[in-house]
Amino acid sequence: MANTINLTLKVWRQKSSDSPGAFEIYQAHDIDTDLSFLEMLDVVNINLEKNGKEPIAFDHDCREGICGCCGAMINGQAHGPEHGTTLCQLHVRKFRDGDTLVIEPWRSRAFPVVRDLIVDRSAFDRIIQAGGYVTVRTGSAPEAHSLPVPKIDADEAFDSAACIGCGACVAACPNASAVLFVGAKISHLALLPQGRVERERRARAMVERMDLEGFGNCSNHYECEAACPKEISVRNIARLNREFFRAFVKG
Amino acid sequence: MTLDSKVPGGPVSEKWTRHKFDMKLVNPANKRKFTVIVVGTGLAGASAAASLSELGYQVKAFCLQDSPRRAHSIAAQGGINAAKNYQNDGDSVYRLFYDTVKGGDYRSREANVYRLAELSVNIIDQCVAQGVPFAREYGGMLDNRSFGGAQVSRTFYARGQTGQQLLLGAYSALCKEIAAGGVKMFPRREMLDLVVVGGRARGIVVRNMVDGSIESHAGDAVILATGGYGNVFYLSTNAKPCNVTATWRAARKGALFANPCFTQIHPTCIPVHGDCQSKLTLMSESLRNDGRIWVPNKSGDKRPPGQIPEQERDYYLERKYPSFGNLVPRDVASRNAKEVCDKGRGVGSTGMAVYLDFRDSIQRLGRSTIEARYGNLFQMYEKIVDDDPYQVPMMIYPAIHYTMGGLWVDYNLMSNLPGLHVLGEANFSDHGANRLGASALMQGLADGYFVIPYTLGHYFASNRLDPVKAEAPEFKEAEQSARQRIQKFLSLKGKKTVDEFHRDLGLLLWDKCGMSRNQAGLEEALRKIPEIREEFSKNLVVNGSADSLNQSLEKAGRVADFLEFAELLVLDALERKESCGGHFREESQTEEGEALRDDVNFCHVSAWEWAGEGKKPILHKEPLVFDEVHLAQRSYK
Repeated sequence: MANTINLTLKVWRQKSSDSPGAFEIYQAHDIDTDLSFLEMLDVVNINLEKNGKEPIAFDHDCREGICGCCGAMINGQAHGPEHGTTLCQLHVRKFRDGDTLVIEPWRSRAFPVVRDLIVDRSAFDRIIQAGGYVTVRTGSAPEAHSLPVPKIDADEAFDSAACIGCGACVAACPNASAVLFVGAKISHLALLPQGRVERERRARAMVERMDLEGFGNCSNHYECEAACPKEISVRNIARLNREFFRAFVKG
Repeated sequence: MTLDSKVPGGPVSEKWTRHKFDMKLVNPANKRKFTVIVVGTGLAGASAAASLSELGYQVKAFCLQDSPRRAHSIAAQGGINAAKNYQNDGDSVYRLFYDTVKGGDYRSREANVYRLAELSVNIIDQCVAQGVPFAREYGGMLDNRSFGGAQVSRTFYARGQTGQQLLLGAYSALCKEIAAGGVKMFPRREMLDLVVVGGRARGIVVRNMVDGSIESHAGDAVILATGGYGNVFYLSTNAKPCNVTATWRAARKGALFANPCFTQIHPTCIPVHGDCQSKLTLMSESLRNDGRIWVPNKSGDKRPPGQIPEQERDYYLERKYPSFGNLVPRDVASRNAKEVCDKGRGVGSTGMAVYLDFRDSIQRLGRSTIEARYGNLFQMYEKIVDDDPYQVPMMIYPAIHYTMGGLWVDYNLMSNLPGLHVLGEANFSDHGANRLGASALMQGLADGYFVIPYTLGHYFASNRLDPVKAEAPEFKEAEQSARQRIQKFLSLKGKKTVDEFHRDLGLLLWDKCGMSRNQAGLEEALRKIPEIREEFSKNLVVNGSADSLNQSLEKAGRVADFLEFAELLVLDALERKESCGGHFREESQTEEGEALRDDVNFCHVSAWEWAGEGKKPILHKEPLVFDEVHLAQRSYK
């Protein structure tokens, strides 16, 4: 038999970016502990809908922890209490019967609320557009084996490239800094020979864009790494600093 | 209507090369005069948008997520095939072509498949140059593995996140072009209609999902790269917002829908656990390389797996298919899992699961090797199921995963509706009745990077396109009908939510038109779907307003389209009275229970034309001709 628990949810409700928001309290009764957190919200939403109310809006897509769409603060923790886990992969079994959960959207000036738990993360897209790519036209690539890449570099590049762009790092940071996100992309490309040609230009452009978007500075709290569902290491921030300094020195 | 596949003449290995030369070109200075609308920004859409922008076309790209990086291509785990033959194990373009035609159970178009195999090698080069961190060997060369149904190692991978890394590569190319000004990106837009002017696809109507406004966008061609329709079954491995709306709306405007009954059931998914489940999670079938699939010999054996001795276990795939073993194609693996579970030998609390056991591989290779190969998958499994697969065998069961059917396209990837091009999973062309593992990523990127940039230019250069503006009456009409539809949903004020209707439809389809199908069941589904649709049109509840972000309203439109499309899917399954690939008709099987094709009567593409509401769609057939690969009953013994 499935175990069930009861939860009290205090959820941030906000109609649009320019309207005021407030917490509303909902009871989630007899929730099967095998449900994911988002499935629990689905159950609450069906009840709201049947009672003539608008459901809680939240972003979600793959529900497999890879698209980076979902995310919310649960009792002040980005993506909730389980380490290395997106909100969609968090399960109700991690909570106890009778728990009260405070559910809020990501908080950052650079991520304005769109509705309820949905925020606008387009700042991340604009940072990538500033330089988070290798300038290679379709069709112009050389034979893949023409350039061997040491396995250790490829593996490290992968570790950085695993970032899903969810924004938990920004939400968790007391300064709402985006350096882990930016550092992960800069590291991914700087670790590979294909990305090294443009490394200085990239570091300058991405950091400049990041500052323009209104993200805060890094003061080494490491909250970003703790909140990251893909466990991206703060070493990426050190690499970001090194790449930025290198670009500065080279002019 | 005759369906002209426009397959060029000449030997299969020279068709694409010749065709590339024969196609007309657009003068470089003229390319910026053409506007291309791309809907969907997964592998196919993002690669097409970026590549077309590089050529100089003006591209408008649309996606329903908050960012193009979220498209569901991102969730593909296992890998991407390419005929590089880096392993010196006998692979070639011809072998990849052959395997894909055979794997598709001889229901795909030879020329398209050959081109796909040919282009596969360029894809790897392109992705490596973009900085995709594929797995490598110590010498710095790319690593390969063998993957679902292949006897050579031709699959390139990036741990269990190949789709993510390839999509981020295509997304980075797209970002490069957005920055360069060639692509204008419209996120959080949902396509509600295709606009046809003068017999050609000339634009789309979308809903801005943030403020609810209805927008018209005009262009010279429309590319749909909107993925598959697996969510018609409600529970599938697709992302929750995946839908059939874009392709179905195009079908209602005259584009033919081909082979809708060809749906793929993936054998290695986490089993269903309860009524509130919202989706199924796929475990990459790369797991079948090292995991062994078994069930207890005796039905009703409820002992924990560790207490079932070796001689009381049935490794049924290894027993029945000694040469392919656990690596038989997806359809074969899925049907066998259903068969053992239907006989009461399934495991887990529901009895609808089989074991996928890594005990022997861990003993042979060591835990660290298994961890390096599948660490993230094991972790994902443990998070969802709360069991440690290093200690206890995984439990898996088949689930809807991919749809081979889609809009009909010719060799140029253009639909019968001029100007409408369809790429990736949204079209029907390359996988026949069953897709081989690691071939979806290959097709999406081949279509977007290397096919459409040539064929779209040919369309522009060969046709005179009059200027069309978004103020044209055809756009206004489409906007009007989209608004009316939205108002209808909001005005019903019934008692049942969209999700509840969707679940009803999904259960019915899974039951009557899922892993195996028969005439009585299909006819029953054809009776019941209109009943659900009828109730939907009277008893739906959607709260909130049209002019704000309203997720229930978004879902209502998608489910309404699923409710129409489902009928076509079932009708196609009923008309195709043979078994092939993922389409298993119980009336058509061998004595051993394997799928039995009927090449005399069904060696064709079924392309359906919308005939209007309440009317039976019209069936058109494109005969399939096999010059290269000899038609044979598939055997994986």
